[in-house]
Amino acid sequence: MVRIEFLGPISKPAIEMEAATLADVAKALREDAELAPWLENSAVAVNDTLVSGLETPLKSGDKVSLLPPVCGG
Amino acid sequence: MLELYDGALDVPALLKRWYEEEAQSNYGAYIPFVGTVRDENGIEGLSFDIYEPILNSWFDAWQERAAERGAILKMAHSRGDVLTHESSYIAAIFSPKRRVALEMIEEFVEDFKASAPIWKYDLINGERVYADDRSTAIIGSGLLAGGDA
Repeated sequence: MVRIEFLGPISKPAIEMEAATLADVAKALREDAELAPWLENSAVAVNDTLVSGLETPLKSGDKVSLLPPVCGG
Repeated sequence: MLELYDGALDVPALLKRWYEEEAQSNYGAYIPFVGTVRDENGIEGLSFDIYEPILNSWFDAWQERAAERGAILKMAHSRGDVLTHESSYIAAIFSPKRRVALEMIEEFVEDFKASAPIWKYDLINGERVYADDRSTAIIGSGLLAGGDA
């Protein structure tokens, strides 16, 4: 199982799912209409490293984090 | 050095301690930036969420960039609520000569605004309201939205 975490203002509890790649996660999350705007503007990290490709492989125990737009300071 | 605090920063104490930590390090320049929460748009203050694992790696990468130029960075940021006229953010650069610190403080603070995983909320009537109009999508955002997955 892969754990999906929604950071900051997304304010949605973490979920777990079976996924072999980030594309599997994308497909599952797109079924949640409430998440649609967040998918458009969030960056994605796997195990706390930002990633740029849906082909990113995942294994059981991995953590996928969604990072919505930021504003520190 | 990256320091996170619950609530407002103690600006005089931080600036004094950082100064004293490097007083004998032979840096010719110490340039701090202090961010203060302004009283505007009727807010009571700001509130912050921080994702520490990625903030730490972002800061470490910057510390390496600074080291290549003989400089060091220090940064403090608040978690949770910070009221108007209080400080939520201090960044400082020490460098052998002023030019490096003057240039790097701007690059550092701009990248901080665009990349550091910190989320800001206005405090209005005691409620946290996400500051989406002032927030910046991290480079590469939208990966999960499009494509043919």
